Amino acid sequence: MSVPEDLKYSRDHEWVLIEGNIATVGVTDHAQAQLGDVVFIELPEEEDDVTKGESFGTVESTKAVADLYAPASGVVIEVNNDLLDNPETVNQDPYGDAWMIKIEISDEVDLENLMDAETYERFIEEAE
Amino acid sequence: MRYLPHTEDDIRLMLDQIGVGSISDLFGSIPASLRLDRPLDLPPALSEPELIRELGRLADANRQNEYSRFVGAGIYDHFAPAMVDHILLRSEFYTAYTPYQPEVSQGTLQAIFEYQSLISLLMEMEITNASMYDGATGCAEAALMARRIGRKRKRVLIARSVHPEFRRVTATYLANDPDDLVDVDVDAHGRVDPADLESKLDEQTACLIVGHPNYFGVLEDLDALAGSVHDAKALFVVTFSEPLAFGLLHGPGRSGADIVAGEGQSFLGAMNYGGPSLGIFSTKDKYVRQMPGRVCGMTEDADGRRGFVLTLSTREQHIRREKATSNICTNQGLCALSATVFLSLMGKQGLRRLAALNLSKAEYLKARIRELSGYALEHDGPTFNEFVIRCERKPAADIHRALYEKKILAGVKLKDDYPEFGSHLLVNVTETHGREDIDRLVRALDEA
Repeated sequence: MSVPEDLKYSRDHEWVLIEGNIATVGVTDHAQAQLGDVVFIELPEEEDDVTKGESFGTVESTKAVADLYAPASGVVIEVNNDLLDNPETVNQDPYGDAWMIKIEISDEVDLENLMDAETYERFIEEAE
Repeated sequence: MRYLPHTEDDIRLMLDQIGVGSISDLFGSIPASLRLDRPLDLPPALSEPELIRELGRLADANRQNEYSRFVGAGIYDHFAPAMVDHILLRSEFYTAYTPYQPEVSQGTLQAIFEYQSLISLLMEMEITNASMYDGATGCAEAALMARRIGRKRKRVLIARSVHPEFRRVTATYLANDPDDLVDVDVDAHGRVDPADLESKLDEQTACLIVGHPNYFGVLEDLDALAGSVHDAKALFVVTFSEPLAFGLLHGPGRSGADIVAGEGQSFLGAMNYGGPSLGIFSTKDKYVRQMPGRVCGMTEDADGRRGFVLTLSTREQHIRREKATSNICTNQGLCALSATVFLSLMGKQGLRRLAALNLSKAEYLKARIRELSGYALEHDGPTFNEFVIRCERKPAADIHRALYEKKILAGVKLKDDYPEFGSHLLVNVTETHGREDIDRLVRALDEA
């Protein structure tokens, strides 16, 4: 299971790439493996507000529909709309082409509870 | 599905298994003061011949066959061939619960799939669900669906010519956002007022809901309405309560409807005091994940044999709980089956001829009304089998009563739902009316 060192992770199995006050968000390799074949994705629109801990979209696989939870509050400044037409990208390249949204974070305090790669790996192991 | 009664031994065995002494012990947690400690207050049981006599007495209290009926307004008096009941009453189908498990219910699931296919053809829409409770809840669900798709667009415009019960149920569903439901006026032709519509369409609009035929029986200009609504980037929702009209009219899908939601009782025959009814609900493929209700799909099993299963269930309530797309986790299985049998018996040509019969009989009555002094047709818009008569010589209520005394039910008084139509009757003619019935209605109107 791939867990890149340069990313932060949420307990909802999202990864977050932090560059200044911009957070890029996707789901982890572990999450896509648990979901199975992803067939449909719902994402917000640019300029939508998202709230930490609240759903900003869904990922649907052949067996379940999972919510996507915002790791931080802020404004959506970019959406990966290519993903909507190619949901299988989530299975193929979860940390690359399957990025979902970029959030301009309103308060960096929101990021403090995110895990680093090592902690997230332990978190997955404990969950299993 | 069979009804399996339990013997005393069965019951004993089950009680022993779970370690309970008697059935009344199962209710032990309910305080004695709340439990009924005497038999229900019911008359004594009857023998079979006594029971048949009693039911016959009750059935004879029904007066409907003594009356000549011109009442539609949402529930229509159509003939259903005996074949419909013959198939419906088979024990495999006639259950209180719709069995959806593919392992044991291929017949039911195939019937649902065929229902969806027939309705999609008739409505010229890409996808149809397994049915809703009725037209009114279907209309309300269409409003919710348009709001989900519209995201920030939350306002629902609804024509005043949409069936008043559909409008009331929709208002109930939107009770927490009353400002998001806005009426659109009707013009002198009985259609959506284009100027009022244009003034209300904006970037807040999720959808426009119209009736077609509308409650006044008038056909809307769907193409023009779809154009205006889509220019405003909103969804176009078409409702109806008389789907037989689509035997002659092209389906709303061809005019660009995004959601079609209406009442299918016309394909069931029986009126049964207004129910049970059938909610028809269709949409475009791209909106399927926002569609309420269940969908039956066709697939192949591991051996490559054709099979039918419920599909897209991942968004339903038993899996998504409070985040489910809608609260409806069932369908009107038996009514959908009834409509399927009816439509397949009629076929394309039969449905067209039946619809043509309705239209020509209604047009005959319209022509006779035009000749009558003291009465006029309220709207000049095209109609199908229902239309509004303006009573000019005395109040509609008086005329309605006078005809009732002659055992003629002269439609529905519009005053309660539309104060501006204080002296108007909504009158429906179907294939069940002979020329002599219509002539008798006209004579009675003339004498009233």
